[in-house]
Amino acid sequence: MSTDIKPRIRVPQGIKRGDVVEIKTLITHPMESGQRKDADGKLIPRMIINRMNVTLNGKPVFEARLEPAMSANPYLSFFLKCTQSGTLDFTWIDDNGGLYKASHPLTVA
Amino acid sequence: MTSSLHLPRRRRGLNRRQALAALGAACALAPGAADATPEAARKLLGDLVKVAPKAGKVKIDVPEIAENGNAVPVTVTVDSPMSPTDYVRAIHIIADRNPQPGVASFMLGPDNGKAEVQLRMRMAESQNVIVVAELSDGTAWTATREVKVTVGGCST
Repeated sequence: MSTDIKPRIRVPQGIKRGDVVEIKTLITHPMESGQRKDADGKLIPRMIINRMNVTLNGKPVFEARLEPAMSANPYLSFFLKCTQSGTLDFTWIDDNGGLYKASHPLTVA
Repeated sequence: MTSSLHLPRRRRGLNRRQALAALGAACALAPGAADATPEAARKLLGDLVKVAPKAGKVKIDVPEIAENGNAVPVTVTVDSPMSPTDYVRAIHIIADRNPQPGVASFMLGPDNGKAEVQLRMRMAESQNVIVVAELSDGTAWTATREVKVTVGGCST
């Protein structure tokens, strides 16, 4: 599995004030469940993204706490009521304390 | 001597069955598998949500038959106006026959406008997906959907 951890964000275009839009996120990550064994029969230690936080202009709008039952390359989507333009900041945290960040502008007409 | 003619076939059959049993055991003996019971799922629910959830308001959209247990698409929608005074605070997703019952918890608020989340989850075997939504008024609502899994995502 690739160790290249890359977030992807999709925000719809042409948002009007008051629209409720779907924000789609995905981060490439093996999400090692801690249940699998390697070729020698030894357990591969758990290593998952356990948290995702989303803020709009610094204000939390969505938070996810994830368990090993999330699929590899965890995909999450949620909705957002768009009342103002700004910046969406996404943060993913994994079991090793790894921090992955992505930002996306939110343009509200 | 007909019995000796049948014997090898019978033995082969047994071996196949043993092999299947061993495969099943490999899954079941994974650490934490002992906790993979509906009781463990109920206990986790009790830890996550303090009030007894009532049936309703929650809609789980998940395939009835999931071919690949490694990535089962799940959409959860909660019937709520998501207004500043009446909104969904949290959505918890639980599976009752995975090695560990927890799947994910989501914290929402009025800013979301619509109480819907989408994800892909692992399922070790056929089981129930249980969703509990916590509302701003302190009530909790739940729904359960059974999913049949063709190839479990237990150790892959």
